[in-house]
Amino acid sequence: MTLDLLPVGQRAHITAVDWAALVPDEAQRLQALGLDVGARVALAHCGVLGGRDPLAVTIGRMTVALRRAHARAMTVSELAG
Amino acid sequence: MTGLRSAALVGNPNAGKSALFNALTGARQKIANYPGVTVERKAGRLVLPTGEAIELTDLPGSYGLKATSPDEEVTRKVILGEFPGEPAPHVLVVVLDASNLEQHLVFAQEIIALGRPVVVALNMVDLAERDGLVLDPAALQEALGVPVIATVAVRRRGLAELAAAIATAEARPPEHHRPHVDQTERRLTAHAITAAAIISETARHRLHSKLDRVLLHPWLGPLILFALLFVVFQAVFSGAAPLVDGLNNAIGALGDWVKTVLPPSLARDLLTDGIIAGVGSVITFLPQIIILFFFILVLEATGYMARAAFLMDRMMAAVGLSGRSFIPLLSSFACAIPGIMATRSIADPKDRLTTILIAPLMTCSARLPVYAVLIAAFIPPKSLAGGIGLQGLVLFILYLSGIVSAMVIALVLRRTVTKGAASGFIMELPKYQLPTLKDIALGLWQRALIFLRRAGTIIFMVTVVLWLLLNFPRAAPGEDQVDASIAGHIANGLAVVVKPIGFNRDMALALIPAMAAREVAVSSLATTYAVSAPDDAAVAVKLGDQLKANWSLPTALAFLAWFVFAPQCMSTIAVTRRETNGWKWPIFMLGYLFALAYIFAGLTYWTAVWLGLG
Repeated sequence: MTLDLLPVGQRAHITAVDWAALVPDEAQRLQALGLDVGARVALAHCGVLGGRDPLAVTIGRMTVALRRAHARAMTVSELAG
Repeated sequence: MTGLRSAALVGNPNAGKSALFNALTGARQKIANYPGVTVERKAGRLVLPTGEAIELTDLPGSYGLKATSPDEEVTRKVILGEFPGEPAPHVLVVVLDASNLEQHLVFAQEIIALGRPVVVALNMVDLAERDGLVLDPAALQEALGVPVIATVAVRRRGLAELAAAIATAEARPPEHHRPHVDQTERRLTAHAITAAAIISETARHRLHSKLDRVLLHPWLGPLILFALLFVVFQAVFSGAAPLVDGLNNAIGALGDWVKTVLPPSLARDLLTDGIIAGVGSVITFLPQIIILFFFILVLEATGYMARAAFLMDRMMAAVGLSGRSFIPLLSSFACAIPGIMATRSIADPKDRLTTILIAPLMTCSARLPVYAVLIAAFIPPKSLAGGIGLQGLVLFILYLSGIVSAMVIALVLRRTVTKGAASGFIMELPKYQLPTLKDIALGLWQRALIFLRRAGTIIFMVTVVLWLLLNFPRAAPGEDQVDASIAGHIANGLAVVVKPIGFNRDMALALIPAMAAREVAVSSLATTYAVSAPDDAAVAVKLGDQLKANWSLPTALAFLAWFVFAPQCMSTIAVTRRETNGWKWPIFMLGYLFALAYIFAGLTYWTAVWLGLG
């Protein structure tokens, strides 16, 4: 499953990231914010209206906004609880 | 340079660096730009316990030494001593958000590994404790190998200890034994260090996730945002009214007083009709500018601004921009200059260029004087259905026209001159915080100073020059002074060009100095009508009434439409040139805005005439 499909509130950890699918600069920004293999994340909010874009993801004690397209490059596996 | 020793605050965005900077340096700050770029350089004096004063700079927030945006580039170069004319700071003060330690320690390790004198400020420990997180600074100090001081900038906790640590910071050998530490390794280390430094961690009753549930709600969130923006603009226009009236009266009284104490002369006229009438008419808009900046500063300090960017992202994406552009564009309602400067946080260059090009379409506070005078003179204060005032509605339409055109132009630009892959939106949403009165007051003071400096220099000079051009050569008896003057002749020539769109000579005259600063249009009109008035009684007639007597309604509406697109002031052009590294884009900007202003003023005039409003 990819991060954009994660139900809101469900905790998960990132198992793989398809860095090639992202613009290099954006990949670097995501990595700098801790969105990398092994990170524990949860989907906190979906954006407004039609596209339900962007997404707000909690990682540690931080919330990061990113586009659905970025989340699609991240494979996650759900954590219990 | 000054010869002072120096220190710099470095850290991730949202580490509370600015608040710490304000607390350490007080009001003794100097805000300038790094040469060649529009990244703000904030510097102040910090007096160490030893009595030595050092220069402290607040570097732009950064996630690492590998830069992804222009402001991160500045941080990297200054830290490494690669910035021309900017010696590397002697001491690096790494600022960490205590409640987000794991993330912030990644960059901290990169800085510490440089081997330079480093002091760590473990900031906002109070907010971490509010979230149920108690940390052990001693354990952190042990793990990092550099002094760690717990601070709460807003309560001035730990400041003396931090200053003492800066005074005695020593260089350590760089970590040569581990030359190739990569990001992933640093992240693992950060995780381990954080785990070891936590004394207790209780179930966190995180206030901000509760707030986010409401403020980022798919449909409640945008509703709250628009309600908030409505309140902001309402406060700017009606809240400032009594203050504006008060200033107006004070300036009028000053002019009258000068007239009673000085004998009638041309010099006295220069003082009253030129300087006091001209500069005064601009200063009266200070309250509105301060109120708008107050809201912008509060929204930023509370952390809501990033949420606004989140909520606006969808809409901005539709025209090829991202939510990041929202903050610069909102600032542009106060002034396009800080707005254009705020685009430095936009990583994508084409995204950034597009935002710069449309920023002048956001109605800046300098256009407000023009709108306010014309609306008061020509739009009757009638109430429409639902208690909405007609004057307010016209003002709203003018603002909306600016926004809608900006969106349309962004869409066109993104498909033509700034064509490229659609930009993404990646942004940290900071914790909610109560803003501190002192930080807000300091920010407002700095903005007000910038505005008053403009009024005292550019606007003052333009007003004086215009007065001189209007008064020389002197008119023969029976001849109109404006017609006889140099300015009158210039304007008569220009009037031919703007006549088709309904502009008269006085308006042509006002357009020239308005290039220096838009609000000067008002003072120019005031000066023009003061000069052409036959006697003192006529001078006393308010500018609004003067306009009503001289302009038709279609003409006034066309003038309003002109100012929606009005070619921006010199300062905006200058800042655009600096920001885009050349004359190409400012000239493009000037050209397209002139064309739009002319076309829309014309359309407005012809439509109004056709409707029989004249």
